[in-house]
Amino acid sequence: MLYFSKLRIISVIVFTIIFSYFAISNFVKFDDNFFSKNINLGLDLQGGSYLLLEIDNRPVITQKLQAKIIELKRYFKEKQITLKNFSLKGDTISFETTDNEIENVINILNDKDSDVNTYYPTYKSHEFDVLEDGNLFSLNYSRYGLVLLKNSSLDQAIEIVRRRVDEVGTNEPNILKRGNDRILVELPGLDDPNRIKSLLGKTANLTFQFISQNNEESFGTEKLSFEDGSRDAIVSKRIILSGDNLVDAKPTMNSQTNETVVSFSLDRVGAKKFGKATSTGVGKQLAIVLDGKIISAPSVREPIIGGSGQISGDFTFQSATDLALLLRSGALPAPLNIIEERTVGPDLGQDSIDAGILSLFIGFLLVILFMIYKYRAFGLIANLALVSNLFLLIGILTLFEATLTLPGIAGIILTVGMAVDANVLIFERIKEETKNEKNPIIAFDAGYTKSRTTILDANITTLIAAFILFFMGSGPVKGFSVTLGVGILTTLFSVYFIARLLTSLYVVKNKDKEQLL
Amino acid sequence: MSNISFNKFYRKFNILSLILIVISLVFLIFKGLNYGVDFKGGTLIELRTTDKTNNISLIRDSFNQMNLGDVSVKKFGNETDFIVKFEKQNSNDPEFIKNIQNKLSSSIGNVDFRRVENVGPKVSSELLKSGIIAISLSLAAMLLYIWIRFEWQFSLGAILAIFHDVIITLGIFSIFSLEINLSIVAAVLTIVGYSMNDTVVIFDRVRENLRKYSDVKIFDLTNISINETLSRTIITSVTTLLALFSIYLFGGEILKGFSLAMILGVIFGTYSSIYIANPILVALNVSQRTIVKEEKD
Repeated sequence: MLYFSKLRIISVIVFTIIFSYFAISNFVKFDDNFFSKNINLGLDLQGGSYLLLEIDNRPVITQKLQAKIIELKRYFKEKQITLKNFSLKGDTISFETTDNEIENVINILNDKDSDVNTYYPTYKSHEFDVLEDGNLFSLNYSRYGLVLLKNSSLDQAIEIVRRRVDEVGTNEPNILKRGNDRILVELPGLDDPNRIKSLLGKTANLTFQFISQNNEESFGTEKLSFEDGSRDAIVSKRIILSGDNLVDAKPTMNSQTNETVVSFSLDRVGAKKFGKATSTGVGKQLAIVLDGKIISAPSVREPIIGGSGQISGDFTFQSATDLALLLRSGALPAPLNIIEERTVGPDLGQDSIDAGILSLFIGFLLVILFMIYKYRAFGLIANLALVSNLFLLIGILTLFEATLTLPGIAGIILTVGMAVDANVLIFERIKEETKNEKNPIIAFDAGYTKSRTTILDANITTLIAAFILFFMGSGPVKGFSVTLGVGILTTLFSVYFIARLLTSLYVVKNKDKEQLL
Repeated sequence: MSNISFNKFYRKFNILSLILIVISLVFLIFKGLNYGVDFKGGTLIELRTTDKTNNISLIRDSFNQMNLGDVSVKKFGNETDFIVKFEKQNSNDPEFIKNIQNKLSSSIGNVDFRRVENVGPKVSSELLKSGIIAISLSLAAMLLYIWIRFEWQFSLGAILAIFHDVIITLGIFSIFSLEINLSIVAAVLTIVGYSMNDTVVIFDRVRENLRKYSDVKIFDLTNISINETLSRTIITSVTTLLALFSIYLFGGEILKGFSLAMILGVIFGTYSSIYIANPILVALNVSQRTIVKEEKD
C-alpha cells in the first residue's frame, strides 16, 4: 500500500495542482482564455427571486369544451345526424341522439381517423373518452387529451413569461418547465421582484367591445366594472378586436391632452376590422377591456382606419410602460398564480457569504489545530490532505460550474469535519499494528490495508444519503447534497493519494526512528 | 488502547434511551412539530428596521392590523432584525407583499425586507411529502446496503440505532418548538448517514474480532471492539462537532437550526453506535457461527 511509482506521484501532483488552480481562479483572475469558469452563487447568496408559477387551466378547458360543442354540432349537422340537448356540466359534454343513430355516432367518435375526436397513436388514446348510456352520450377529456392540452398551454405560457421577463431586462434569468402546469422563474440579483410579479400575474387579455346602449344585443351583454372601481357598464359580448391583432404598443405622450397614453398599431386584419367597426359605430362608446376590467371607454368620433390608436386611462408613465410591455408580449393562455416565492435581498446574501466564509475558516482552523495536537507530524500530513481536499472540492465545483448555496457552504464545512475521519481510522489502525509489528513499513502497510473496507463502508453510507438528497431535494438543499457528495469523493482521493503519498515518503525516510506515530 | 467497561452499562443506558424515545414520541404525537412555512405554507418575512425603537410587540401590532391570520414575530440575530411569520399566503395577488411593505412603512417607519418566503398550501404539502419520502428512502437504502454488507443481526442493530437518533433529535425539536424546515430535512438525512458511518466502523471491528476470537462471548467482544475503535470515535466526533459548532456560532441565523440538528444528531449518533447498536448484537446472541454460516452460503 505504501509504494508509489514515479508516474503515479507525478499524476497526483499534477491533478492536485490543476484543481487547485480551478479553485483559486474563483478569487484571483488569471488568464481568462485558459480557464474562465466560476462557481455560481445560489439565489440565497447573491440575492434574487425564485418564483414558482402554476397555470390555472380551468378557463382554458372550459373554453376548449365550448368550442368543441360548436364543432360537434357543425360536424354532425353536415353528416345529417341529429344531436340534441347539448350541455356542459363541469368538464363533461353531454348530448342525446336518436336511437337509430347511436351506432353511427359511436363509430364516428371512436374511429381512429376521426376528425372530431383525434386519435394519438403514440399514446393509444383519443382526445376524449366517450361514454354512452342508451342514446345519451358524454364526452370527457381523456388522460392524454388533458396532458396534451396542458402541455400546449404551458408551452405558450412559458414563451410569454420569457418575453415579459426579457423585456424587463434582468440579468441571466432562468425560466424552466416544472411538470405540466408549472413554470419556475429564477431571477438572480433582482432587487425588487414586485414589478415582475405583477407583470407575470396579469393574463393581459385585451379586447375592444362596444358599450351597449340598449340591452338587446344579438351577441348578449355582460356587466363589467371599470379598472378604478368607480362604476360599472353594460358591454356587448361581441369582440371587435383582441390583443392578438396588435403588432406594437408603446407609451407616448398625447400632445393635446398632455396625458400619458399607450399607442398601439394593428396588423392588416386588425386594422380592417377596427376600421369597419369604428365606421359603423360612430358616436358609440368603445370599451377597452383588459382582463375583464374596463380601462377606459372613449367615444368614437370618426372611423379609425389607419390601423393605429391610443389607449388612455389615467396612466402614470410607469403604468403605461407596463401596459405596453404586456400588450407587446401577448396574452397568457390562462392565468398564472405564484404558488411559491423566495426572495433574498442582496445585502442579506452578502451577509450569508461573509458568515459562511468566517465559519468555514474557524471550523477549518479548529480541526487543523486539533489534528496537529493529536498526531503531530501525521497531523500535519492529514492537514495537508485536508487543505488539498478543500481545493479539490472547490475546483471540481468550479469545473462543473455548480451552484453554491448557503447550505452548500455548510456541506463544505461538514466535509472538513468529517474528512479527517478516514485518516484517523488509518492512523489509529497503524497504532494498533505497531504494537505487534516492529518494522514500521509493514505496520503502516497493514494499517492502510486493514482499514480500507471500513473506510469504504463508512463513506458509501454518507454518499447514499447525499444521492437521495440530490434527487429529492430542491434549491438550496440540493446545493448541500452536491458539496457533501463531491466532498466524499475528494476526501477519498486526498486520503488515498495525497496523505498516503506523504505518509510513505515520511515513513521511508524515518523508518529507523522509534515510535513514528 | 482504552479499557472501559461500556458493557456494564448496556442495560442502564438502554432504559435511558427507551425513556427518551417514549418522551420524544409522546411529544411528537401530542404536541407535534413546529413546521416552518416550507411545510405549513404561509409567509415568512425577515425584515430590518431603521428605527431602533421598534420592538417585537410594536411590529406584531402593526402586522395584526393587516388581517393576516396567526402572526408570529421573533428577533433574528441583530437588534434591528426580526423574523415575521403568518398564515396568509396570497397567490392570486401579486401585490400582496408590496402592500404589506407599504402599510408597514406608514406604521413603523422604513423597513427593509431582507428575505421573503411565500409558500402556497399545495407546494408546502408536496415539500412535506417529498421530505418524508427522502428520509424513508435513505433509511431503506441504508438498510439495503448494510444488509448486503453484513448479516441481518447487524442490520437490525444499525437501523434501530438510526431510528433512535432521528426520533430523539426530532423529539427535542418538538419539545423546544424549534422550527422544522427544508434544511432540517437535509440535517436529518446527514444524521442518518453519520450515525450509520459510526455504527459501521464499530461493526466492522466486531466482525473482525468474531473471526479472531472464538471463545469470547459477544457481551465482552462488543466491549473490546468499542474500546479498540474508541479513540477514532472520539476524534471524529470532536472534529465534526468543531466544524458544526463553528457553523452554529458564526454561520449566521439561517444555519442555526440546521447546525443544531446536526450537533444533536452527531452526539446521539455516537452514543447510539455504542449503546444501541452493540447491545442489539448481544441480545440477538451473535457468535462466530453467525458470520461463518453466512459466509458459507
